[in-house]
Amino acid sequence: MDFIEFPRPLIKGNEVFMRKLALSDEILLSVQQPARYIGGEVNMVVKNPSEVDIRFAMCFPDVYEIGMSHLGIQILYNMLNCYEDTWCERVYSPWPDLDSVMRERDIALFALESQEPIKTFDFLGITIQYEMCYTNILQILDLSKIPFYACDRDWDCPIVIGGGPCAYNPEPIADFFDIFYIGEGETQYRPLLDLYKACKKEGCSRKEFLLRAAQLPGLYVPQFYEVAYKEDGTIASFTPTVNGVPKTITKEIVKDITNTTYPEKPVVPFIKCTQDRVVLEIQRGCIRGCRFCQAGQLYRPVRERDVDMLKEYAVKMLANTGYEEISLSSLSSSDYSQLEELVTFLLSHCGEKNVNISLPSLRIDAFSLDVMEKVQDVKKSSLTFAPEAGSQRLRNVINKGLTEEVILKGAALAFEGGWNRVKLYFMLGLPTETDEDIRGIAELSDKIAMTYYDTVPKDKRNGRVQIVASTSFFVPKPFTPFQWAPQCTKEQFLEKAYATKRAIMEQLNKKSIKYNWHEAEASVMEGILARGDRKLCEPILKAYQKGCIFDAWGEYYKHDVWMETFLECGIDTAFYTTRERGLDEFFPWDFIDCGVTKEFLKREWCNALKESVTKNCKEQCNACGAARFACGICIMPRTTVGS
Amino acid sequence: MKLRVKFSKHGVLRFIGHLDVMRYFQKAIRRAGIDITYSSGFSPHQIMSFAAPLGLGLESNGEYMDIEVNSLTSSKNFINALNAQMVEGIEILEAKLLPEHAGNAMASVAAARYTIAFRETYRPTFLIKLVIDDFLGQSKIIVTKQTKKSETTFDMKPFLFACSFDEDKHVLNLVVDASSSGNLKPSLVMKAIYEKNNADFDEYALLITREETYMNAGTQEEMKLEPLGFVGSDY
Repeated sequence: MDFIEFPRPLIKGNEVFMRKLALSDEILLSVQQPARYIGGEVNMVVKNPSEVDIRFAMCFPDVYEIGMSHLGIQILYNMLNCYEDTWCERVYSPWPDLDSVMRERDIALFALESQEPIKTFDFLGITIQYEMCYTNILQILDLSKIPFYACDRDWDCPIVIGGGPCAYNPEPIADFFDIFYIGEGETQYRPLLDLYKACKKEGCSRKEFLLRAAQLPGLYVPQFYEVAYKEDGTIASFTPTVNGVPKTITKEIVKDITNTTYPEKPVVPFIKCTQDRVVLEIQRGCIRGCRFCQAGQLYRPVRERDVDMLKEYAVKMLANTGYEEISLSSLSSSDYSQLEELVTFLLSHCGEKNVNISLPSLRIDAFSLDVMEKVQDVKKSSLTFAPEAGSQRLRNVINKGLTEEVILKGAALAFEGGWNRVKLYFMLGLPTETDEDIRGIAELSDKIAMTYYDTVPKDKRNGRVQIVASTSFFVPKPFTPFQWAPQCTKEQFLEKAYATKRAIMEQLNKKSIKYNWHEAEASVMEGILARGDRKLCEPILKAYQKGCIFDAWGEYYKHDVWMETFLECGIDTAFYTTRERGLDEFFPWDFIDCGVTKEFLKREWCNALKESVTKNCKEQCNACGAARFACGICIMPRTTVGS
Repeated sequence: MKLRVKFSKHGVLRFIGHLDVMRYFQKAIRRAGIDITYSSGFSPHQIMSFAAPLGLGLESNGEYMDIEVNSLTSSKNFINALNAQMVEGIEILEAKLLPEHAGNAMASVAAARYTIAFRETYRPTFLIKLVIDDFLGQSKIIVTKQTKKSETTFDMKPFLFACSFDEDKHVLNLVVDASSSGNLKPSLVMKAIYEKNNADFDEYALLITREETYMNAGTQEEMKLEPLGFVGSDY
C-alpha cells in the first residue's frame, strides 16, 4: 500500500501545504458542528490526485455523525483505498443550516478529504440504509449539480451507484441511479473499476459502459429494463430492453468472511458520533428467521469470522484508533459459536488497557449476565429484551423463538445479580394481531415487575423495578415472509398504541412500567417506500422539490407535504400499504434473487398464518435457497453444529 | 507524576471545540501508548485537565494540559511519541514534569497574550498607535457583557494588562486576565476599541491567536507573569 495518510501532512515538492477548505471561515463559523465538513480526522486517507486513475466519493445520505457510524462504509473506504489506482473519499448530507447557505451562495457539494466538488469524481457511491433517506439522496445529487435522472447524465457526471439493504427494492428510486449494486460490496468493485478504466481508454460512451457493467454479477442498471403494469396497478412484466443484460440479478456475497478485507485503521471522527467505538463484525447473517426481519433473510447464509482473526483485529484497531470502547456487531451475537473465547480474550486485553466492551444483541442468560457484570456498572445499566410480540401465539406467528419462560428466567437471574432496570421492545400491527395480543404486552411487563418483587427480598431492593416498554409500528418489508401482509393505517396504529397504554394502566405494577410508542405517520411513509415501485420516483422528486428532506428526523418530516404530493401524482398510497397482496403477484423487487426463494417465503407466510414455528438454521435446514451459495452454516454438517 | 504539556492549534483544528479536543487527546494518548493514570471505578477515565478552553475559530501557540502518568521516559520521547499521533494543525511543543505540590493548570492560569490580525478587506482604517494610547488613557473602560441570561456592565481596565499596536504588521498585541474569575475575552476588548472610535464592530473581522497562557509567579500585589510551563522542568 503506497498512500500518504494522516497524520503526515501532504508533501508537494519541498513545501508542506495545508488542505484548502471548500467552505470559508465565515460559513464554517456560522453553522452548527463545522467539524462535519472539514475532514482531517485521524486515519483519513489522502492521495495525490495525479497518481490515481479513479476518484470515488462514498456517501451516506444523512448527517456526518450518523454516516460516520456506519461500518459498511468504513469497510469499503478501506478496501477501495487499498487499490493503488483509486482514491476513495467521503461525503455526507449537509445539515439544513449549511444546505441553505450552499444554495444561496451556489456552492457545490464537495468530498471531505480533497474538498473538491463531487461532480468531478468518477463514481458517487451511495449507501441506502433506510427508506426515509430517499430525499437526502436527491439533496446530494442536487447540491453536487448532478442531474436527478440517470438518463440525463453524461461523462461530465460521476457514475451514481447505490448499495445497501434498500437496494434490494431499488424501484422507487430507480430513475436516479446509474447502477445498483445488489449484495455485499467486497466482491464486484474491482471488476467494475477495471471495466470503467477500460471503457474510458477505449473512449466508450457512458451508455456503453453501463451496458457492460450490467453484465457484471450483482449489478443492476435500471435504464435497461422496462416495467409494464396491469390495470389494477400491479406489475404485468419486467423485461430487459437490450440484449445481454440478465433478467434476474443475483445478490453478491463474500463466501469466506475471514480471509477478506476489513479496516485495521478506521477513520476516527473529532466529534462524538452515534457509534463512538471500534466495531468488530463477528458474523454476517442470522440463523433465526424472524418473519418480520429483512436482514435475517437478505444476509443468509450465516457466516462466522474466525475467532483468531477477530482477536487480531480487535488489538490492531484499538491501537490504531485509541478508542476507549469496542463493540461486537452482528444480528444475534449469542449465536456466534466462539463467543465465549472471544469475550474472555477481550475481557483480559481490554481490562489492561481500560477499554470498555459493549455487547449489543446478546441473549440474556447466565453467561451474558456474567460478562455484563464484568464490563458494566450493574446499578447504572439496564437489561434489554426484544420479545417483539406480547403473546406466545403472536410470537409463534412472527417466529420469534423467545418464550415467556425464558424471559422471566433471564429477568430473575438479572434481578438476583443486582439489575433493576429492564427495557422491552415490541411491535404493534403485526399480521393476525388481536386485542388479546396487545394486552399481552402489558401482562408480560407486569409479570417481569412481579418477578422482581418475588426474587429480590425487600431489604436487598435498590428502589422500585423500572420497566420501559417501547413499541414500534410494524412495516412489512420486501424479501420477508410478511411481504404479502397488509400494513395498518395510521388510525389503526394509534388505536393499538392507546390500547397498549390502557392495558398497562390496568396492571398491578403500572407505576413501575413506562410506555413509549413511535410516530405512526413516519411508519406509514416508510411502508409506502419499502414496497414501492417505479411509479414512486416522480412523487419522491416532487416532495423533495417541495422541501422534504431529512425525513428520518422527526423535526423535519413533513407528512402533509408527502401525502399532498402523492395525491397530485395520482398515487393511491393504500395500494402500497394496506392492500392485500395475492400469493401469485409479481412484486417490484422480484427480479432480484437474494438467495432465499419466493417459494420459501410463501411457505413461511403460510406457516405464520398457521402459527407454526420454523426451526433455526443450526437445528435444521429449511431449504430456504441460500444453500446454493455453498458457504457458512449451509456447508456445516448439522450434527456438529448443535442447537 | 504530573506532566504539563504545551501544544499549538492551527488550521482546520480551529473548528474543533474544546470538548472534542479533549476527546481527541484521550485517543491520541492511547495510540501513543503513554502510560497515563486512570481513575478507578467502572468507567475509568484518564487523569487529564486543560488550562483554559479556546473559543471556536481561534488559533493558539500556547495551549496547556496537565496529565498524570505512572512512569516517565523523557520530555523528548514524550513529545515525539505524541507528535507521531497528531493530525495536521496540532503540535506538541513541550512536556514538563511538575513538582509534587504544583497547582493544576486551570487554577494556575492568570493571564493570556493574544495577537489580533484582521481579515483582508476588514482592516479598520481608524486603527493607529495613537488610537490605542487614547483608549488606554481612559481612567475606566466601561463595557457591557452579554451573558446567557442577562447583560452586565463592568470596568474592564483592571483586567486589561497590556495592549499595543504594531503599525507595520497591522497586528494588535493584547495581554488580558484569563483566570477563571476574571477572564476577559479579546473580542470584548476589540469591541470596546471599535465603539470608542464609532466604528461598526464585526467579530468575524478578527483573526485571533492565543500566543501564550501565563501563571502568576509573583504575588497578588505585584504580578509576575510566566508561561504556565515555568513551574515544570524538562525530564
